[in-house]
Amino acid sequence: MDQLVTEKLTKRYGGKTLALQEVSLSAPSSGIFALIGRNGAGKTTLVRILATELAPTSGSASINGIDVVKEDKKLRERIAIVPQEARTISWMTPKQSALAYLMWRGFGHSEAKKRAEESLGRLKLDKYADTLNRSLSGGTKRKVLAAMVLASEADIVFLDEPTTGLDPISRRDFWDILRELAKDRFIFLTTHYLEEAEQLADTLGILGEGRLVAIGSVPSIRGRIRYQYSIKLPPKVPVPGVSKGEVITGRNGEVQILTNEDEAFAISRSLSVAGTRFSISPVSLDDIFFQLVGEPTQREQEAATPGEE
Amino acid sequence: MKRSYSSQLMAAILVNSVYEMKNYPINLVNTVLSPLSFLIVITFVSKGTLIGQAIEGGLIMSMFQSGTALQGDISHLKNDFKLQDMLVSSPASPSVYVLGMAISELIYVAPALLVLVVLGQIYIHPSALQALEMAAALLLMFVTSITIGFMFATLSSDIVQSFAWSRLLTTIFTTVTPVYYPLTYIPLPFRYLAYLSPTTYAAEIMQNVVGYLQESASVVITDWAVLGGVTAVLLVVVSRKARWKET
Ligand SMILES: Nc1ncnc2c1ncn2[C@@H]1O[C@H](COP(=O)(O)OP(=O)(O)O)[C@@H](O)[C@H]1O
Ligand SMILES: [Mg+2]
Repeated sequence: MDQLVTEKLTKRYGGKTLALQEVSLSAPSSGIFALIGRNGAGKTTLVRILATELAPTSGSASINGIDVVKEDKKLRERIAIVPQEARTISWMTPKQSALAYLMWRGFGHSEAKKRAEESLGRLKLDKYADTLNRSLSGGTKRKVLAAMVLASEADIVFLDEPTTGLDPISRRDFWDILRELAKDRFIFLTTHYLEEAEQLADTLGILGEGRLVAIGSVPSIRGRIRYQYSIKLPPKVPVPGVSKGEVITGRNGEVQILTNEDEAFAISRSLSVAGTRFSISPVSLDDIFFQLVGEPTQREQEAATPGEE
Repeated sequence: MKRSYSSQLMAAILVNSVYEMKNYPINLVNTVLSPLSFLIVITFVSKGTLIGQAIEGGLIMSMFQSGTALQGDISHLKNDFKLQDMLVSSPASPSVYVLGMAISELIYVAPALLVLVVLGQIYIHPSALQALEMAAALLLMFVTSITIGFMFATLSSDIVQSFAWSRLLTTIFTTVTPVYYPLTYIPLPFRYLAYLSPTTYAAEIMQNVVGYLQESASVVITDWAVLGGVTAVLLVVVSRKARWKET
C-alpha cells in the first residue's frame, strides 16, 4: 500500500509539447525518492501532477493508494510542496511565513507558532526568524521555504529542485537536513545534480525527454547498465583498442573508456605494460546517466536556458 | 486532524493586510485616497451640488476597488511567489482562501469607508432603511467585483499584465461609468452603454434611494434584479471556471 505508483502517465501541454510520455513506475513512498533529469526532461510536470496541481492528459497515479486525480482532496490532507520557482514573500519574516502557511493548512495560531519556531530551529534558521525575507541570502530563502512545508503535518513532501542555486556548503547542509527529515516522512525531490541524487536517494528515477529511463536504488541502476567500469586516460596517449565498450573524448582531450569488467582488466593490463598513466573505477552516476540518457537533445538544450542555475 | 477555518481566514488577512501594511503603508494611503480624490474633484466642479452623489460614488468605488486589488494581490502571490501552487497542494480550501483575501481587501478600504460613511451621515443623512438598502447594494457590488477579480487573477500568468488589467477595470467600471455623477448627464445614445456596467445599477439604486433620482418602481426592481443576477451568475461562473488547479 505504501507505494508511489504511476500508470502510463502522460502530459501534453496545449495539444503540443509532450512533456511526459507514458511514465509507469512504482516505488516505496518512504525515505527519499530523487527524480533526476536535465532541464526540460519533465520533472516539474511529474511533480505537479503528483502534487495535484496539474491534471494529466492520460494515465493515472496514486500515492499510498490515494488517486492523485480522483481523490485529490483526500491526498491534499497529507501533502506539501515547495514548487520550483517558489519564493519567500518579501514583506514577511521566516517566522511569519511558516506561521501563515500552517494557519492556511488549518492549524490554530498557537500550535502554528510552536511548530513554526521548532521547524526554523531544526533548519538552523532561528537567528533569522524575525528578519525580513527580502534581506536574506538566496540559500537561506530556499531553506525558509523548506522550513515552512516541513513544519506541517504533511507526511508526503515534494521539493522541486530545492538546492538549485545553493552554494556547495549550503547544499551539503541541506542534505543533512533532508536525511534527518526523511526518517518520518516521504520526500520526493527533483534535481539535476547527479551527486545529490547519489548522496540522498533511497530510490532514484531517471527521466529523459519525458520518458522514464530507469528506476531503482542507485546500486541496482548501476547493475543494470551495460558498462560497469570507467577508465580514464590523460590527453595525447595512444588509446588501446576497445572491442566491447565506448570511447569518449572529452573537450580537454582526456579520454574515457566505458566498458565491462573483463575488457576493463584486459585494457588496464595492456596500459600497465605500456607504462601509460590511467585511472580505473566503477562508473559514476554521471556515466550511468550518460549511458542511459545520451547527449542532451535539441529540446533539452533549448530548455537549459543560461542563467537558470 | 481538525482544521480551523478561522485560522485559514486569518492567514490571508495576516499575509495580505497586516504584514503587508506594516511594510508598505503607502498601499493603504493609496486605497484611502483614490475614492476620496474623485469625491473632492466632483464636489468642487459641481460647486457642491453633487456632493451626495460623489459620496455614494466613493462608496461604490471603494467596493469595486477591493475586487481589482484582490486581482492584483492574488496574481502577485500566485505568479511571483507560487503561493497558490503551495496552497493547492495542501488542505487549504480555495473558497476560504478567496474569502480571507476578500476580507483583507475590506480591511484596506475600511478607513476610506469610514470617512465616506461619516461624510454620508453629514451630507446625505439617510434613514436606517435607506442606509440598509445602500449597504445591500454595496455588498452585491463587493461580491461582484471580488468574483471578477478572482477569476482574472486565476487566469493570469503575468503580474505586470495583471496590474494593467486591474487599473483598466477600475477606470472603466468606476470613473467612466456614472458612478460619481448622475446617469442623466450622459448624452442619450451613450447612456445605454453605461448599462453594460454593474456599477451603473448600483449607482442608480443608491442615488434613487435617497431621492437624487426619481425612478419608477419597475426601474428600481430591474436594477436590483440585474445587480443580483450578475452577482449570482458570476458566482456560478467563478466556481466553475476559476483555475485553482491547472488542466
Ligand atoms: N505550462 C507549460 N506549457 C507548455 N509547455 C510547458 C509548460 N510547462 C512545461 N512545458 C514544457 O514541458 C517540457 C517539460 O518541462 P518541465 O516539466 O518543466 O521539465 P523540468 O522540470 O525537467 O525542467 C519542456 O519542454 C517545457 O518547455
Ligand atoms: Mg523543473
